[in-house]
Amino acid sequence: MARIFRPSQQFTDNQVTDESVYNQRRQLIKTLGFVGAGALLMPSAGAVDWFSSSKKTDMPQLRPLKHTKPAEYQSSETLTPFDKVTTHNNFYEFGTDKSDPAKRASGFAVSPWTLTVDGLVEQPFTLGLEDLDKKFSLQERIYRLRCVEAWSMVIPWLGFELGSLLEQAQPLSAARFVAFETLYDPQRMPGQANRFIGGGIDYPYVEGLTLQEAMHPLTILATGLYGKSLPPQNGAPVRLVVPWKYGFKSIKSIVRIRLTDKQPPTTWNRLAPQEYGFYANVNPDVDHPRWSQASERRITDGGLLARNRIPTRLFNGYEEVAPLYKNLDLRKNY
Amino acid sequence: MNRLFVRPIRLSRWQVVTLKTAIHVLCLGYLITVFSLAILDRLGADPVESLLHATGLGSINLLMVTLCISPLAQRLPCGDLIRCRRLVGLYCFSYALAHFAAYLLFELQLDWTLLTSEIIERPYITVGFTALMLLLVLAATSPNAIQRRLRHRWQTVHNFVYLCAALGLLHYTWSLKTLWGNPLFYWAGFVLLMSQRKSKLAAWSKSVGTLFSPRASSEKS
Repeated sequence: MARIFRPSQQFTDNQVTDESVYNQRRQLIKTLGFVGAGALLMPSAGAVDWFSSSKKTDMPQLRPLKHTKPAEYQSSETLTPFDKVTTHNNFYEFGTDKSDPAKRASGFAVSPWTLTVDGLVEQPFTLGLEDLDKKFSLQERIYRLRCVEAWSMVIPWLGFELGSLLEQAQPLSAARFVAFETLYDPQRMPGQANRFIGGGIDYPYVEGLTLQEAMHPLTILATGLYGKSLPPQNGAPVRLVVPWKYGFKSIKSIVRIRLTDKQPPTTWNRLAPQEYGFYANVNPDVDHPRWSQASERRITDGGLLARNRIPTRLFNGYEEVAPLYKNLDLRKNY
Repeated sequence: MNRLFVRPIRLSRWQVVTLKTAIHVLCLGYLITVFSLAILDRLGADPVESLLHATGLGSINLLMVTLCISPLAQRLPCGDLIRCRRLVGLYCFSYALAHFAAYLLFELQLDWTLLTSEIIERPYITVGFTALMLLLVLAATSPNAIQRRLRHRWQTVHNFVYLCAALGLLHYTWSLKTLWGNPLFYWAGFVLLMSQRKSKLAAWSKSVGTLFSPRASSEKS
């Protein structure tokens, strides 16, 4: 397990999660562990689709979500088809191959789930999924997703602004950063139990943003895509989407959001600091040490012969975030 | 069953032809299948990446098979196995070439400047490209006529396959984002195969020096 990150200002546990909620969650997780283990034993479809012409995606638990479609967040770009969005995932908790999560996470039960917001806030709280649904109205936001591996997608997310959630907790003036944490449950996430499945990463997966980045209106917590709730492999039940940063910043299956006064550790930065920085803004001029970031392959329809290599844009084309970094050397702070 | 291991088994001409045909069908069939599926967009969500993996890993697998053939031919009472080694080796080269072609045509999409800079600046690409060039030399020197002309130097040249294997595995390991995974099993297999050839490797390291002074080596012979 990862080293525990301690902000310099500490809070007592009773300010964080009510004990009964905590115990209830542990009990349910234990029960659900068996469901997850059972799913591993079920036969699953291979990555190579040999004979069938239409891909079958068996995700019965997806439910339609009510949402609005604000005009400013729609797009004329070609969307990446649902089948590709849900079978090409970097989610090492379910395996390092991009087709692994769709297979291994299919039995991942997301409900019940709690999301805790705490740290340097006036009003720490813990929400269940039902509360999220009730308190926040969902918008469809069509965002480009640029992976650090130089491929990209266009995805219609359903979500709400992270800022609106953080405001409810009333951040203290000392808060400068926001730390995110994925569920840690090796029974339900096989990659956390076996390093040959999970790539030997220190789990739980953690990520972070500056408070300014977190409050930016483009930053959302997504609970769905393509009009329905998130499939497990895409980070159900709730994940971050920061469209101007490389995909690994958009942490999946979040259980905790903590406001801190120190820059929190982030998983990939801890693993290879010379390759993955804290900021990880999409930037065609700053290469990954092992490959160029000047262009990317856009994954949409079309097979091998699709001419889909396009130039990468600074901040993934979301120039409105540039003021956040006006005093920052983007080469040093990659 | 006992008899099988007591008496050396000679493969008839027909048996060798059958074995080689099976190798052709398997290796060529797989290659054609993955390319066709990728063109039809039925090889995973990103057919380019899937194709790169299929050809690259295929090449490494075939290289491992060629490295297994000579220890097997020595230990099993069937020395004729060695007669299909060249074919497997040539398929290893073909897969590596297909891997490079897929990278250039479908990943970089014929961006030659990018290709040049990636080969020069990115160590794992440099390593992979070096392995491919070595395999090219081995494939080009594989016909019988060239083998006869190179005489004893042929073996010295073809022992570079060990370096190819190491570079290929390094390229594979380096291309992934985390260390834990399949490459570790391949390295273990590679070390095991090399441990069978300790004395050969020692002799080879001496003869490599003479390879580049052809006069000295031909005078000796």
